[in-house]
Amino acid sequence: MNNKKVGGINEWIIAGIVLSIFLIVIPLLNKLPGEDSWLRISEFRINLLGKFLAFAILAMGLNLAWGYTGILSLGQGVYFGLGGYCMAMYLLLKVGASGHYGSALPDFMVWNQITELPWFWKPFNYAWVAIPCVILVPMALAAGFGYLLFRSRVRGVYFAIVSQALALVLAITLVGNQPYTGGTNGLNDFRTIFGFPLRGPDLPKTEFGLYIASVIILFGVYLICRWITRSKLGRVLRAIRDDENRVRFSGYDVANFKIFIFAVAAGMAGISGALFVPQVGIISPSNVGVVPSIEMVLWVAVGGKGTLAGPLLGALIVNYAKTIFSELYPGIWLYFLGALFLCVVVLFPKGAIGIVGQIKNLYSKKPKHTERKKTNIMERTKTEERSIKEG
Amino acid sequence: MRKETILYVEGVTVSFDGFLALKELSFYMDYGELRAMIGPNGAGKSTMLDVICGKTRATKGRVIFGKNDTNITKMLEQDIVKAGIGRKFQNPSIFSNLTVFENFELSLRKKTKGVFYTLLTRKTAKDREKIYSVLETVGLVDKADVMAGSLSHGEKQRVEIGMVVAQDPELVLLDEPVAGMSVKETESTAELILSISKNHTVLVIDHDMDFIKSIAQKVTVLHDGMVLCEGTMDEVQKDERVIEKYLGREK
Repeated sequence: MNNKKVGGINEWIIAGIVLSIFLIVIPLLNKLPGEDSWLRISEFRINLLGKFLAFAILAMGLNLAWGYTGILSLGQGVYFGLGGYCMAMYLLLKVGASGHYGSALPDFMVWNQITELPWFWKPFNYAWVAIPCVILVPMALAAGFGYLLFRSRVRGVYFAIVSQALALVLAITLVGNQPYTGGTNGLNDFRTIFGFPLRGPDLPKTEFGLYIASVIILFGVYLICRWITRSKLGRVLRAIRDDENRVRFSGYDVANFKIFIFAVAAGMAGISGALFVPQVGIISPSNVGVVPSIEMVLWVAVGGKGTLAGPLLGALIVNYAKTIFSELYPGIWLYFLGALFLCVVVLFPKGAIGIVGQIKNLYSKKPKHTERKKTNIMERTKTEERSIKEG
Repeated sequence: MRKETILYVEGVTVSFDGFLALKELSFYMDYGELRAMIGPNGAGKSTMLDVICGKTRATKGRVIFGKNDTNITKMLEQDIVKAGIGRKFQNPSIFSNLTVFENFELSLRKKTKGVFYTLLTRKTAKDREKIYSVLETVGLVDKADVMAGSLSHGEKQRVEIGMVVAQDPELVLLDEPVAGMSVKETESTAELILSISKNHTVLVIDHDMDFIKSIAQKVTVLHDGMVLCEGTMDEVQKDERVIEKYLGREK
């Protein structure tokens, strides 16, 4: 297993290197003189990276549920959206009377002829309510949803379908209740976050701060994931993925474990949404529905599920690929993205993080004793193919 | 003072969409007993174990277990485990992506197996000791750190038996523990079961008559969802009904 190879002190060295790249090297490269220098990383790119790191937080959470426990959620956009909307409501209320219409209400409410702030908006006037809500609202929904489904032992494909239906429900609800949710346009046009400007000439500075916050929170989430997966609970989760019934007959209440990890994953998705909103400046139903939810699963699959660092890698690879393809080939970039997914699934079933191990296996010829026989067979045939090609 | 009877299965009927897998079956076991249950395919042997351990619900009847005569008929699987019943399944059902050591670690008997306890707990020296003693019992000490999924079939069977032993249940249910094993493996498993039965009440289901003969003091023959007869191996083999229904005339 990969995280065993990187186990012990090495893992901390790698983590240290990655952290210093994010926190020192990239900010330094931004300070390089010359706008066009190829080495210089523009403010735009840093903001982009910050957004991707926010996505990585979601991917790490989703990986706890899917990669470690075997709960495939095709509705992670729901929890991402709830976290994002909680944050956006707070940011929008901070605009106050300096909005377009000079009303204390958000602009969209004014032109929807709402005269009084709806009750569920009111608590979001306060940061100390909004920030905990970013995590707790998604967790509460996930726990409730999980309670209903896991208690009645809905699992596998059936769970995936129902979880996806929830994403559709949320998107439709948001669109259908325009006076309260901003409808298709979502929530946008924020002015400040904790006193820092979200528009104007000083925006890059705020964005840089948000980028640093994303790096630090991501690292915190990584540590939490590491702690959970290495505890006895982590082993119970992997056991549930292997044989749920046996876990039950070993004396554990499987449903409770699933509810717990699904709620943790939802909390991380909520944080991800809350970091996404100020960095992108908008959240709308198109960020929370079925399609983005499926894309989130792909981040984990591409990076390598069931490994700690895989989801981070996957979120970065997929989103950079998206950006690069859409910049280079605006007309047909989606085909490239599709090709990328196909390649990963067919050639690298263990994801990007598994490539190292696969290459090692190719050279050692004799596949190592790994726990997954299927991949072994695939690797073996690939080795054979290569040796045939090479004559 | 110990009670005599550990398990009462009383008038249990199981109906699968009208098909009666068990018909008002009654069956009792005493403390410390090593009992074998035999019977042709479809006699309801596995179904009876399913009812005892909560996998299948009885349509009628009840199951009473343990010192305090707990009614476990409607209890959840994990609660029945906590009450003190361990089960090994017909097909080895183990955690393939965990090591043998970890398989046993998760099986250890604990006062609570709740989510937060499991998250915060650490292995104690006592846990390690217990795990190693189980590894020794099932003869897998040198495989402790091997992924359970990469073991041979016979070894997997032993892992699952070990998992049940690690649970330290009062009643051990073994469903075809020697299925697919070589003669040698069967012999050593028989020894293993005998040593387990020193400290536990054991119920074994199997088809292999030689194997049953080598371990069991008392045999229950099941046929068509009902108990056909009960007694020592010799008595059972001489029973007219058993010969007719199960063993066949030529024996």
